Amino acid sequence: MIPAPFAYARPTTVEEALQAIADGGEDVKVLAGGQSLIPVMRLRLAAPETVVDLTRVEGLRGVREEGDQLVVGAMTTHADVLTDPLLARYGQLVVQATETVADRQVRRRGTFGGALAHADPAGDLPAVALALDAEFVIAGSGGRRTVAAADFFVDYLTTVLEEGELLVEIRLPKLGEDWGVRYEKFNRVAQAWSIVAVAAAVRREGGRIAEARIGLTNMGPTPLRASATEAALVGVDVSMETVTAAAAQAAEGTSPSNDLNAQADYRQHLAQVLTRRAVAAAAGL
Amino acid sequence: MTAVEDPAAPVDAPAKEVGQARRRKEDARLITGRTTWTDNMVLPGMLHLAVLRSPVAHGRITHLDVSAAKERGGVVAVYTGRDLAEEQGSLPCAWPVTPDMVNPGHPSIAVDQVNHVGEAVAIVVARSRTAAADALEAIDVDYEPLPVVLDMEQAVQDGSPLVHDSTSSNTSYHFVFDAGEAGTGADTDGAFADAEVTVSRRFVQQRLIPAFMEPRSVVVQPSGDSYTMWSATQIPHILRVMAAMVTGIPEHKLRVIAPDVGGGFGGKLQVNPEEILCLLIARRLGKPVKWTETRSESLMTAHHGRDQVQFIDIAADRDGTVRGLRVRLLADMGAYLRLITPGVPALGAFMFPGIYKFPAYRFECDGVFTNKVPTDAYRGAGRPEATFAIERIMDELAVELDMDPLELRRKNWIGAEEFPFTTVAGLEYDSGDYHQATEQALQLIGYDELRAEQRRRRESGDPVQLGIGFSTFTEMCGLAPSRVLGSLAFGAGGWEQASIRMLPTGKVEVVTGSTPHGQGHETAWSQIVADQLGVPFEDVEVLHGDTAISSRGLDTYGSRSLVVGGTAVVKAAEKVVQKARVIAAHLLEASEDDLEFTGGKFTVRGTPGAGVGIQEVALAIFAAHDYPEGIEPSIDAEATFDPENFSFPHGTHICAMEVDTETGFVKIRKYACVDDVGTIVNPLIVEGQVHGGLAQGIAQALYEEAIYDADGNLTTGSFVDYLVPAASDLPHFDTGNTVHAATSNPLGAKGVGEAGCIASTPAVVNAALDAVRHLGVSDIRMPLTPERVWRAVHQGGDGGDRAAAGSNAQGASAAEAAAASTDPSSNGSHL
Repeated sequence: MIPAPFAYARPTTVEEALQAIADGGEDVKVLAGGQSLIPVMRLRLAAPETVVDLTRVEGLRGVREEGDQLVVGAMTTHADVLTDPLLARYGQLVVQATETVADRQVRRRGTFGGALAHADPAGDLPAVALALDAEFVIAGSGGRRTVAAADFFVDYLTTVLEEGELLVEIRLPKLGEDWGVRYEKFNRVAQAWSIVAVAAAVRREGGRIAEARIGLTNMGPTPLRASATEAALVGVDVSMETVTAAAAQAAEGTSPSNDLNAQADYRQHLAQVLTRRAVAAAAGL
Repeated sequence: MTAVEDPAAPVDAPAKEVGQARRRKEDARLITGRTTWTDNMVLPGMLHLAVLRSPVAHGRITHLDVSAAKERGGVVAVYTGRDLAEEQGSLPCAWPVTPDMVNPGHPSIAVDQVNHVGEAVAIVVARSRTAAADALEAIDVDYEPLPVVLDMEQAVQDGSPLVHDSTSSNTSYHFVFDAGEAGTGADTDGAFADAEVTVSRRFVQQRLIPAFMEPRSVVVQPSGDSYTMWSATQIPHILRVMAAMVTGIPEHKLRVIAPDVGGGFGGKLQVNPEEILCLLIARRLGKPVKWTETRSESLMTAHHGRDQVQFIDIAADRDGTVRGLRVRLLADMGAYLRLITPGVPALGAFMFPGIYKFPAYRFECDGVFTNKVPTDAYRGAGRPEATFAIERIMDELAVELDMDPLELRRKNWIGAEEFPFTTVAGLEYDSGDYHQATEQALQLIGYDELRAEQRRRRESGDPVQLGIGFSTFTEMCGLAPSRVLGSLAFGAGGWEQASIRMLPTGKVEVVTGSTPHGQGHETAWSQIVADQLGVPFEDVEVLHGDTAISSRGLDTYGSRSLVVGGTAVVKAAEKVVQKARVIAAHLLEASEDDLEFTGGKFTVRGTPGAGVGIQEVALAIFAAHDYPEGIEPSIDAEATFDPENFSFPHGTHICAMEVDTETGFVKIRKYACVDDVGTIVNPLIVEGQVHGGLAQGIAQALYEEAIYDADGNLTTGSFVDYLVPAASDLPHFDTGNTVHAATSNPLGAKGVGEAGCIASTPAVVNAALDAVRHLGVSDIRMPLTPERVWRAVHQGGDGGDRAAAGSNAQGASAAEAAAASTDPSSNGSHL
């Protein structure tokens, strides 16, 4: 398991990183935590000409508050996420999902931004970012641009990031105490990817659901929203009956894959069951 | 461990080392890795091998050009099968189970044809491991595809494509054991013809991968016309003999060393192609070479285990008395016969009757070639398959008879008063008490409470149902009486050897022929010797694994080490004491008959104060200034022990399983087992073996399955897709023991290495079925993936095949593989 030879750059600023990517030749890979990139390089499924390692870049790690948003640096590790006080208060959905990512060693190196830019539909964080309508701040040679989560994920392992660009931070809405959240993950062994998972955030007003945001993990080539279920939940009384009825629509518009862990029809069934469970838990049932 | 006191156990035995939960003296170096793992070896001038492996399952090599690879930097040589064809011989198969067994031969590197994905096609030798790996890309190979044979049931049909052109069918052998013909039972067909009830089932033992922790690694150093091989092997002694025979290197010119070895589970009970290739290449180049596999290579090319289709028929009276058992197996050999490939299912033949008193029994097995990596020994080797089949079919019979599964078992098992008991398969079970173990296990798990909860959940229609499954198992261990192995056409005996060297300072070296690969021999043997010689535990050093130090041995597999190898240590120690007694009598000026030996000291009966320690005797005889005439000046001794019978550990395992009927997810709620492994030398080691065995047995039931796609590619080629559970995926285990000493060895030990792995699989599956049988489910294929369970519950059937396409949990690999790989028919896969 030895990677093919590659050139290596370890910049210390975003500007240097962008330059290193520009200078890196035909096939440049950005190494954030390396928890997906290094295995495929070792298997020689990827053989980049240059690897640009972001681990020494200043200012990309950590979480800060800006108005009603949390700004998470792209190089914030999963372990950082789990111990961050702002996320503990306003970002419980991110925290819950991050707790399920792989194992302790991977969480120590793997990064929030790396996982999102990798855009593995079986990864846990893309669906969470989509459910929360996160904003992705992207740096390029011409400056910075901000992209909505709905536009960020384009296809299987493909995002709106262009060659020569870097994801530098992710802006998340602060969810207040009127929100309940739940990340419901279904897999066979603890460290495995999700077969299906559901990220749910529910805002209650009295005995009714005012707003529901539901992201689906691994139900298609990109993370998806369970839009029909979200719509069906708005304004309904909080009860198992209403949640169950709405969750029955969770698989609408999904196109999950057939693979070793599950065939598509079973994944669609799971999406309904897990959505019901996630929404019920988020709604306090 | 949950202590379960056995009222039958002797309570007045001296509180010595044996029986103490000593921490393992080898663990610090093993766990930290600061030890002699083969891949840690660095020799001056050492070259590194990388192997180009076939990406096609079945094909003729039509073009193979290595010239560009030879030009790569750091490359010293590149070899193909053609280059080595004249000298590579055939890898050995030591177990021709029938006289007419077809063995097409097994080249270490393919010459004209490849027969499974991962077969070696070319080897690069370079000055660094990275240079060798890089140069693989420069090798150009074309294959002419041949039809791929994967499914055993299709492979045995007339007109099936053949794996090997040289054979007339894909069936290697047809092995039969018929109790009627052997004189150990009645006519089986007659028993079935007369039976009031018969039940027939088809069970599938999926293919498994041993997945030892330390990948295989080989270093060969030539020196003149002699060779030293270090290998991460379970069997240095057997490997030496076999490698000498394959390569023509005289046995006395070949020294094999298994340094510290990181697990094997049978997966390193093998003569590997790469071991032979390293020898051949070191001989050609006259330089030391190393090969260490990657994890991907290991999963793809190290031998696999299990892989049987089992057709099981059971006959019984309406009251539950069993009348007959009929077993027909298809056993997947893979593409070649390796060391004991054909013998694994045949060994199982003797265990299908389990602990039950069947009057009639017939076993038939076809060994079938397919275009997959060969199967061979994997923890339990034949016995887990047998135990699964009998413990599953007993549950099916109980359902048919509307009997409690435990009541059915009680009705048919051998009573404690009936030992020794000769079974319908001709084995003489030594000792045990199935009733006692079962009662203790029921207590441990809290059986009545669980049954009550199961009823509540059923009545309320809870989406999460509860089931309870049993496995009341036995196994044959302590391999093995040499004469019995001879009668089974096995290529070697089953004895074991030990020697004890008394050093001048009184310290003790114990040399064992039973080579550990993680079991804790150094600790257990030290405990045994400390008691036998009355020396401190710390004064004993155990040497093993080097054929120049341990000249004779048959190594470690089949739960044989303590039973056979430990006994050899006891016998050697007895000889040391006998020899020392003569010298002690001389030194004490007393008659040997008047000497007592306790606590490491010879004393003279009736003469208080007169005594000499055995460690003092060691110094005296080293000096040899004063010793009796007519004896040699040494108290060192060696012994070889050949058991007269197997040993038969048994136990009762009970699993309580929650099944989420909405998702199919299964979760073990509680697991309790009471094992009788005979006398326990070290309870900590025993518990560790049971835990590890349970993890692997549960993994077969719930997690692990080697899957090939329609082209013969191993889909589960990494630990992303071949799911090995971690501690976080397993429940707490409530374990206990009863102790009925084995009668075939002086230690009374029965062996514990495989018990947990053999026993647990059917208990887990029976538990899951018990949870959902009222929903119409009668079987679910292993492993019980959530999808299979869900389909069985909601759509009927056994859950069916899994999609063999790659998992998208591989993340980037699927997409990038498509982009990175070129036409698979014209390239080797590189790892």
